[in-house]
Amino acid sequence: MSIRERALVDADWVESHLDDDRVVLVEVDEDTAAYDKNHIRGAVRLDWKKDLQDPVRRDFVDRARFEALLSERGIANDDTVVLYGGNNNWFAAYAYWYFTLYGHADVRLLDGGRKKWELDSRELVPDVVERPATTYTAKEQDRTIRAFRDEVEAAIGQKNLVDVRSPDEYSGRLLAPAHLPQEQSQRPGHIPTAANVPWSQAANDDGTFKTDDQLAELYAGKGVDLSKDTIAYCRIGERSAHTWFVLHELLGQPNVKNYDGSWTEWGSLVGVPIALGDQP
Amino acid sequence: MCGATRGGPSTEGLDLAGAAVVQGVVLRDGDPVPDGYVRLLDARGEFTAEVPTSATGQFRFFAAPGRWTVRTLVPKAEVVDRQVVATLGEVADLEVTV
Repeated sequence: MSIRERALVDADWVESHLDDDRVVLVEVDEDTAAYDKNHIRGAVRLDWKKDLQDPVRRDFVDRARFEALLSERGIANDDTVVLYGGNNNWFAAYAYWYFTLYGHADVRLLDGGRKKWELDSRELVPDVVERPATTYTAKEQDRTIRAFRDEVEAAIGQKNLVDVRSPDEYSGRLLAPAHLPQEQSQRPGHIPTAANVPWSQAANDDGTFKTDDQLAELYAGKGVDLSKDTIAYCRIGERSAHTWFVLHELLGQPNVKNYDGSWTEWGSLVGVPIALGDQP
Repeated sequence: MCGATRGGPSTEGLDLAGAAVVQGVVLRDGDPVPDGYVRLLDARGEFTAEVPTSATGQFRFFAAPGRWTVRTLVPKAEVVDRQVVATLGEVADLEVTV
């Protein structure tokens, strides 16, 4: 099985495993009301904000809360977890990275997510899904895939920094994606020396990932030397989780980290360097 | 201009200061399409944002001033591209027929 086949499943694979008790479908959306309207049969929901963020500090839920969450949703350690969601799998990829951070053994992403499923007119149902509770055990966070601000500052000019936001956000013309009100960080721009490789260039219009050859060519063409360590960032770490998935899980690059503090942290820090404009 | 929406969501209560809004409605045979996706591409054709259409087939983006392409994806229909110019403090309103 190739790296890609282990990490990514298509809609036909999901349809053929809808009645497999050991395969748990999990929908993760930015628009958390989407699941209430309908979802793939048997899928449970994770709310990226309520379930996955600490309610007080800006950080993830700790190991004990993650264990309690997955136990309550009926996810077992030996289950195959298949994540999917809206927004071209942004938050599903974020959850994939999060599950990997806490050491879940078999986690996969549905290629194209909810959008591709809807555009194919596949079945979605409004049914309430209840799975019997489990006793889930998580591992300590795998910090080899998560970057913090000090490491990012030390990486300027040393490691690959990949800014996966849109060119307008990278240059400083916008502070946030254009479908959201403009708010968040104090200052616009990007981290000096970061290459701008928008997450969207790794995906087709229907949300599926491009081929491995196309992806390798994309990063090489932007001057990202994949023999070096890489840190990806965006605004809040969800789009960069999508790029982390591409580099680490599809292209099999070791030493790729997601900086989930991302621009909302960097653009509000006192004293750190910021570059404006279209050049690194 | 204010509130004069033709296709997109109502602009009542929307703070347009500093915003260049691109919005509209997606129609098929005159009916709103609630299961579509609308992508906003910049002047270079680069993806900038995407939203699903609402239950009433509508969408809205807070863009920067300039030229944009609005790309509509709907089940069992061809992709439709529409060009639009966004202006600060104004609402560009589209009716997209697939």
